[in-house]
Amino acid sequence: MELLAFGDTGWGDELFRATLMTLAVSITAMLIGFSFAAIFTPLKLSKFKSLNLIANIYTTVIRGVPELLVIYLFFFGGSGAIMFVASMFGYNEYIEINAFVTGSFAIGIISGAYSTEVFRGSIQSIDKGQFEAAKVLGLSKFKQFYKIILPQMLRLAIPNLSNVWQITLKDTSLISVTGLVEIMRQSYIAAGSTRDPLFFYSFAAILYLLLTFLSMKLINKLEIKYSRGY
Amino acid sequence: MDFELMINSFPKLLNATVVTLKLLSVSLIVGLFIGLLFAILRLNKNDFINKFAYGYSYVFRGTPLLVQIFIIYFGLGQIEYLRSTFLWVILKEPYWCAIIAFALNTGAYTSEILRSAFQTIKPGIIEAGQSLGISSKIIFYKIQIPIAIRQSLPAYGNEIILMMKGTSLASTVTIMDLTGVAKYIISTTFKPIEVFIVAGGIYLFMTFIIHNVIKFLEKKYSFN
Repeated sequence: MELLAFGDTGWGDELFRATLMTLAVSITAMLIGFSFAAIFTPLKLSKFKSLNLIANIYTTVIRGVPELLVIYLFFFGGSGAIMFVASMFGYNEYIEINAFVTGSFAIGIISGAYSTEVFRGSIQSIDKGQFEAAKVLGLSKFKQFYKIILPQMLRLAIPNLSNVWQITLKDTSLISVTGLVEIMRQSYIAAGSTRDPLFFYSFAAILYLLLTFLSMKLINKLEIKYSRGY
Repeated sequence: MDFELMINSFPKLLNATVVTLKLLSVSLIVGLFIGLLFAILRLNKNDFINKFAYGYSYVFRGTPLLVQIFIIYFGLGQIEYLRSTFLWVILKEPYWCAIIAFALNTGAYTSEILRSAFQTIKPGIIEAGQSLGISSKIIFYKIQIPIAIRQSLPAYGNEIILMMKGTSLASTVTIMDLTGVAKYIISTTFKPIEVFIVAGGIYLFMTFIIHNVIKFLEKKYSFN
């Protein structure tokens, strides 16, 4: 137990901060994923075949290639790509992006592919009459979506989004390979310096279980909130 | 774009694909047995037994695969007692540690898939078997299991693909699988995009094959 003490003697405070880091990366990645989904879901549902194709390539490639490979692509290729873009604007110095940004982006793109599929599914399962009724009421396009489609979509999407959240949370453990100090990396460091890997990795597992357990509780509440009236 | 590198790295990556496929197939076979066992335990009326099976699947589905591999590979070796048993022959090899972790992980997901398949079998089918005077053992093997397998094909196909992606984590415990070799080539040539296209292409090809095989099986064993 003294291994988990806070302060200089134990790893308690380090692991606590690492847990917050895992949460921060997961939430950032999830939000990045939502913005990707906001772009690609309309493309998926578009009437134009070429737009469908772009969105399909995105979701198929990301869901068919291991997360670790995507992370390596961003880890090794991320700063190169940014430097390339910067050089087009005449900036030629070396740019290093930090592990948090690379990691959240890599996981965000993965999570975005899953979210896109979830949103597509939930929009498609809304009754056609709802779209027509919204149109007939003479609402603006924005209001049609914001006031009528979105609330119904969220109700259908939340159970599946909670799966996406679980996947995203667990995927963040892979960012440890880039050196970002989240739960996994911190446990690796602690295990290395105390020579007690069994304890620290098991503790990491408990932390992840705690995170998934607590977030499920929270999501269940949301689910109840959004299914009022059903 | 360095096409020469892409062509040169292709055979190396293809060789590594064999390792990936070996990891995948062995852990799927072992995982299927674990999954079937725990699905049956989940349906047991004894509260202790089905809680135990639920706990197993909850823990393995709620923690990242990476933690599971690290606990087995780095953690178990720490227990002095294990080092003196025959188990150490297996546990000192990263290859077997990875397979144990993968099999336990996919077993947890498979048990959930099979459990829900068993639960959706209509009671009428079992009753029909009983009224024909078939013993409950034969009803289970000849009626419930085939129907459950058919029911769970689509979900199990997804699980195979997820597991295929999961085998990439073997590279974190020094196994040179497809991702391991890809990372090695990236870190020696600093050409991530080219290598990603080739390695990712191989993964996508495998996904494509698995997807279509499952689709074919679904059609072949459909009820209509």
